[in-house]
Amino acid sequence: MSSKKSKAKTKPRIGVFKFASCDGCQLSLLDAEDELLGVVGAVEIAYFPEASRNMLKGPYDIGLVEGSITTHHDAQRIQEVRRKCRTLITIGACATAGGIQALRNWKDVEEFIRVVYATPQFISTLKLSTPIAEHVPVDFELRGCPINKYQLIELITATLAGRKPNIPNYSVCMECKRKGNVCIEVARGIPCLGPVTQAGCGALCPSYDRGCYGCYGPMETPNTESMTNQFRILGQNDEQISRAFRSFNAWAWQFRKASEECKRT
Amino acid sequence: MSPGRTITVDTLARVEGEGALYIKMAGDRVVDVKLKIYEPPRMFEAFMRGRHFSEAPDITARICGICPIAYQMSAVHAIERALGVKIDPAVRLLRRLFYCGEWIESHALHVYMLHAPDFLGYQDVIEMAKDHRAVVEKALRLKKIGNSIVHLLGGREIHPISAAVGGFYKVPTKRQLKELVSDLEWALEASIETVKWSSTLQFPDFEQEYEFVALRHPEEYPFNEGRLVSNHGLDIDAAEYEDRFVEMHVKHSNALHSVIRGKGSYLVGPLARFNLNFDKLPEVARKAALGVGLKPPVRNLFKSIVVRAVELVFACAEALRVIAEYEPPEAPRVAVPSRAGVGQAITEAPRGILYHRYAVDENGLIVTAKIVPPTSQNQKRIEDDLREYASHLAAWPLEEATWKCEQAVRCYDPCISCATHFLKVVMDRE
Repeated sequence: MSSKKSKAKTKPRIGVFKFASCDGCQLSLLDAEDELLGVVGAVEIAYFPEASRNMLKGPYDIGLVEGSITTHHDAQRIQEVRRKCRTLITIGACATAGGIQALRNWKDVEEFIRVVYATPQFISTLKLSTPIAEHVPVDFELRGCPINKYQLIELITATLAGRKPNIPNYSVCMECKRKGNVCIEVARGIPCLGPVTQAGCGALCPSYDRGCYGCYGPMETPNTESMTNQFRILGQNDEQISRAFRSFNAWAWQFRKASEECKRT
Repeated sequence: MSPGRTITVDTLARVEGEGALYIKMAGDRVVDVKLKIYEPPRMFEAFMRGRHFSEAPDITARICGICPIAYQMSAVHAIERALGVKIDPAVRLLRRLFYCGEWIESHALHVYMLHAPDFLGYQDVIEMAKDHRAVVEKALRLKKIGNSIVHLLGGREIHPISAAVGGFYKVPTKRQLKELVSDLEWALEASIETVKWSSTLQFPDFEQEYEFVALRHPEEYPFNEGRLVSNHGLDIDAAEYEDRFVEMHVKHSNALHSVIRGKGSYLVGPLARFNLNFDKLPEVARKAALGVGLKPPVRNLFKSIVVRAVELVFACAEALRVIAEYEPPEAPRVAVPSRAGVGQAITEAPRGILYHRYAVDENGLIVTAKIVPPTSQNQKRIEDDLREYASHLAAWPLEEATWKCEQAVRCYDPCISCATHFLKVVMDRE
């Protein structure tokens, strides 16, 4: 047993930490069926409660953080997690942008609690759902709701090798072009957030005859104003445009701004 | 040995989400049991208001990354009911296939990767793989085949994008479905072996009286349709659900406890479905169950691993049946009218029944939403089971008793993300 342990110590240690989320992004690791046994052969999974009762103390070489900060307790816990992780990577729309639960950020949270819970005084929560980077420095943000498991494996591999991960921040349009998809927005008039959304999903929604709904969040330098105008040309009203920007990455600042500005103009 | 003690598990592992368990004992008497769920509340029912009904399947999928299809199915069926939409029979079949994919994926994950380590004495599947690599490789392949169904129909495994009110955004061709057949034939055999393998595990002698609650359909093992029935005479339509079931808010949990009005706890999930629908299982699944001496009523919670394996056999056989019968619908989805209405639906998530209700206005915007996930329905029952089970463990060393109690909770395959989310076990012996 002791010789086993000392051998394991030479492997990089990974911790997986969860905040307010659906568990889907950390499940991506278990969903990498073909790669899983390879990954666990190369690293030591030191802390991953969804998969193991073994919960080893830090420090960790890589911390993967899923979920957004929505409680006082979690706002403190993320500080501890940061201290224990040499490299901190946030995974998914909750951790990188506050997630769908950030819709509360435009509403009265007290009223929200009364809608869901019979005894509101039992519930302790913050007014805002915020991304991890608003609380601690983050080394890399992996986008997506959910993340792409191959991007996650690339990111872990690159981090361990000390190189820059190959994760593009151009738009979904590039993926559509590469797949040979006919543009559904231009050809069929279906509102599509692809032009302002970061690639990574493989242009899924346009490939399934529906408009992109922005689950990978804003691309680098998105032209949201032009996107808003295009949606108006397609007959969308201000409320519809605002809702389109306010989904899983609503609190990402580019989408947040666009969702507020379309109502003002 | 001290006369009393506390069993504490700070973080219950290998469940989906975050919770804790606290058990206080005086001698062999259990004084208090609390399944504490401190997963932060995300308040979906509140922020769904004002969203368009077409967004409900995409938004509610985000309640749970493990069973997004269950949320999508309950959402689309409830809204279709609110708006009086009739779906194409081919779409109905495809939705069954979609659910087969999720059940295979979720059950394979739970049986082998979350639950089996308890029986074989490992901390996790990674440790288990060192001694049982072939078993783990089989599990991963089985899980992947379930995921491949979801991937084909929905574009991706987690939060698939194709389910729509009225049908799907895009439906597969016959040829695409046929490509799944050889893998599914392997999966069917692997599932039958899983039934045999799981039946050889050691089960604690722990039988309880339960009120089992599940859907029941006249012709088939239930997914999306049927009446809600129980072994104690319940027989209702989804629309009557809130008349008979009520959610209570307790201080130690961010998830609501659901009980049958005037009665108390009940059990949903594989055991309930199996016990209430055994006659609707296909021959191959019934044979697999009877072959290992498993027949209703199964009242031992720990045997849920074998029942899940039987449901794996069912899901593989059902997927093959659907693929053989499938003719693509005329259109991927039917037109959906804009009108005000209220609709309820119950579908069978891998962990048990999932209830959704929506009220929609004439512009298609959601006025109110109510969601009751399977784990909040089982939560009270988990506490009741532990109250009984912990008293049997009074003489056990604390560490082992704690592990046993954790195992009892894991039998439910609880999804705390759904119910809200973190499981931590504390056993207190005075």
